[in-house]
Amino acid sequence: MLISDLCKTDSVNANNVAVQVKVNGASHSHEVEPRTLLVHYLREDVGLTGTNVGCDTSSCGACTVHLNGESVKSCTVLAVQADEMEVTTIEGLANGDEMHPMQTCFMNNHALQCGYCTPGMVMASVSLLDENPNPTEAEVREGLEGNLCRCTGYHNIVKAVLDAAGGQK
Amino acid sequence: MIPVAFDYVRADSTESALSALAQHGDEAKLMAGGHSLLPMMKLRLAVPSVVVDIGRLSDLSYVRDGDDHLAIGALTRHRDVEMNSAIAEHAPLLQAATANVGDPQVRHRGTIGGSLAHADASADTPSALLALGGSLVVNGPNGERVIAGEDFFAGFLESVLEPTEMITEVRIPKHTGAGYSFQKFNRRAQDWAIVGVSAQRSDAGAKVALVSMHPTPVRATAVEEALNGGANATEAAELAAEGVSPSSDLNASVEYRQHLARVFTKRALVEAGF
Ligand SMILES: Cc1cc2nc3c(=O)[nH]c(=O)nc-3n(C[C@H](O)[C@H](O)[C@H](O)COP(=O)(O)OP(=O)(O)OC[C@H]3O[C@@H](n4cnc5c(N)ncnc54)[C@H](O)[C@@H]3O)c2cc1C
Ligand code: FES
Ligand code: FES
Repeated sequence: MLISDLCKTDSVNANNVAVQVKVNGASHSHEVEPRTLLVHYLREDVGLTGTNVGCDTSSCGACTVHLNGESVKSCTVLAVQADEMEVTTIEGLANGDEMHPMQTCFMNNHALQCGYCTPGMVMASVSLLDENPNPTEAEVREGLEGNLCRCTGYHNIVKAVLDAAGGQK
Repeated sequence: MIPVAFDYVRADSTESALSALAQHGDEAKLMAGGHSLLPMMKLRLAVPSVVVDIGRLSDLSYVRDGDDHLAIGALTRHRDVEMNSAIAEHAPLLQAATANVGDPQVRHRGTIGGSLAHADASADTPSALLALGGSLVVNGPNGERVIAGEDFFAGFLESVLEPTEMITEVRIPKHTGAGYSFQKFNRRAQDWAIVGVSAQRSDAGAKVALVSMHPTPVRATAVEEALNGGANATEAAELAAEGVSPSSDLNASVEYRQHLARVFTKRALVEAGF
């Protein structure tokens, strides 16, 4: 059973709201319950399951997407808050078969093991370099403090982001 | 975790937000960035039946120069406070505290007004408000009133705001070139302060405020009085846990918090140039 169906079973007079969200460049229109979280909207209504739910308590960053170009935790944003806005998910980074430079750098630097944190980690890293194109190693570590990885020990993730920053020069 | 169902109202002006609050009373909650409200709604600690979304009131997102103070719109996000050059110049303590809030994703969404309205003793921004002697402009059914920061926090997660009122602006007196320090002790990246300290010098004397040392954001008045009476940083910092009631939790016992308050107040006072 989908979480959105579960909501429907115990909803009391919920007044659904029409939302129009541009996801990875394509416009989507849906009626949602106001309490629908953006991450559930993306996974279940739009059908893009690349964005993961890790903690569901705003801590781990696995659900990170870009809202109007900035990293946000989509488990802590309502779909109605994204109405008329642009969302980019991990699926929207590659250009056809050509991976985004950050994805390539993650691959080349072995910056993932199980891969669960990776979509959020990559989205947070892209946002970090958008705001600070030439970060120091310390700035990368600080800038990714909202993203937890249980596998890599972060070392290779930091290397990958510095590698991507070098490539942008 | 999914919040209890609610009705959603999107405000397109301060007036429409206030009239929604007037209509629904304490059944309704304003939502700015949602980064305190939504986690509480997901845990079902908050169950508003109406959520009034003020997140799109872009006319309340600004930093203006008001001669002797900076006027910051309530909907200004943490990220915009952190990056603002006037705040960096005239109230760098607020910038330092804000840069310590959560992580970049949180700072992209959370607002200064929401952070202060939430009145959380473990939040960073209220301590800066208190140490800078800031105030809040509040609108409600009876018009506008200005509340001094030190009169604003009323109890655990409680302020003097009425359910029908809304913060529209935060005013911070300029402290250009004056010594200051923000200290935060935590054990994990991104986490809340186990203890934090804001210290600010000014012509009027010292102001020091503590994070996570009392049920509310609180001034360290014993420290301030000692400094203003001529004590040095070491002597004054010894009084950091006087007159406040910290609690124990899994991060720290009362005694450990009192110890941390003295240690970090000393560091703050030295850094601020006392
Ligand atoms: C993972 C995580 C980590 C965090 N870490 C920290 C931290 O280290 N330090 C820290 O200080 N904070 C931290 N925060 C809290 C963060 O700063 C929030 O952004 C802030 O507390 C609330 O701002 P908001 O705009 O999101 O408010 P909301 O969540 O929208 O609202 C909070 C409360 O204020 C009320 N409110 C909002 N705006 C107004 C207004 N203009 N007038 C009257 N009432 C209003 C709402 O009704 C609600 O009761 C963290 C949050 C998260 C999710
Ligand atoms: S799932 Fe959103 S922060 Fe962990
Ligand atoms: S690669 Fe497994 S959690 Fe990060």
